Amino acid sequence: MTVNPWVRPYVLTGGRTRTRHRLFVHTLIAVPDYDPGYSQRLPPEARALYERARSAVQSVAELSAHCGVSLGVTRVLIGDMAARERLIVNPDAYSSPYDPRLLKRVIDGLYELA
Amino acid sequence: MGFTNSPDRTPQLASAKIVVAGGFGTGKTTMVGAVSEIPPVNTEAWLTQASRTVDPETGGDGKMTTTVAMDFGRITMSEDLVLYLFGTPGQARFWPMWDDLCRGASAAVVLVDTRRLDVSFAAVNYFENDSDVPFIVAVNLFDGEQSHDPADVRDALQLSPDVPMVACDARDRRSVVETLTASLTHTMRRTAPPRQGRAEDRRAVH
Ligand SMILES: Nc1nc2c(ncn2[C@@H]2O[C@H](COP(=O)(O)OP(=O)(O)O)[C@@H](O)[C@H]2O)c(=O)[nH]1
Ligand SMILES: [Mg+2]
Repeated sequence: MTVNPWVRPYVLTGGRTRTRHRLFVHTLIAVPDYDPGYSQRLPPEARALYERARSAVQSVAELSAHCGVSLGVTRVLIGDMAARERLIVNPDAYSSPYDPRLLKRVIDGLYELA
Repeated sequence: MGFTNSPDRTPQLASAKIVVAGGFGTGKTTMVGAVSEIPPVNTEAWLTQASRTVDPETGGDGKMTTTVAMDFGRITMSEDLVLYLFGTPGQARFWPMWDDLCRGASAAVVLVDTRRLDVSFAAVNYFENDSDVPFIVAVNLFDGEQSHDPADVRDALQLSPDVPMVACDARDRRSVVETLTASLTHTMRRTAPPRQGRAEDRRAVH
């Protein structure tokens, strides 16, 4: 695994560098059962991500950008909350981004836009 | 709502990604903005702290922080399909970030401006040599100001014959949609399992 240069402040992440989930920048994140009490107990960055994720299904990159939390920290915090089943990481529906079924769905979607 | 991706249920919630690369000023932000339902999120607002050092514990110039300019857009195609577009940061020193952005991408588009082809050399090199993501080259026409022979452009970019080249207007939604579709179609062809008779087709060409 190559080290990501999107440097994490170590205070926030406790030096953890890996997460169990595969978190691409475009991986979708959702909140299964919003829990205000849980949100209250979270540190500010995690709370911002949790609250934002609750508003709509969106990608890791969107969460990072909208919460102003760097991508590296976002990944770690999402990984932590997903491990506690507070967030759901959308499993890759297809084993490969080149899966013809996925490509066809996107191409069809684009044609509808045009 | 949850993610209920059971193998027997189709379609499943999915997100896909296309990377838009190319040198500074070739129209990446414009292209993303032409089709995105959200304004291209520019990471200058994102304030990602990047560092040249890969090991923060060594110190060195690990304290150097800088703002990374890249942007992304989103197209919600249906309730269960979202397409993301990611414009790469131009500077070569952010190549590790290119790796990150390209991981899991379905296709890439390298934008070129024929008046300044050289600014896109690095991007072409990257996708030719350092990435598995299939890519196409899109010549941004800039009001038709460019009037170069496509063969000359290919030559100058030293583009492999199997990399498609298309022309586009990065400001025009329909043109951008066509370009993105072309990139995905290319991926489909490139990654399709070899079919019977293909070897013979090849021989016939030579
Ligand atoms: N006339 C014209 N201008 C364009 C076109 N595409 C981009 N531009 C302009 O070129 C400049 C650079 O485009 P931008 O998208 O910011 O390039 P980036 O650096 O690759 O993100 C901007 O001023 C755009 O408005 C085009 O197709 N035609
Ligand atoms: Mg730009």
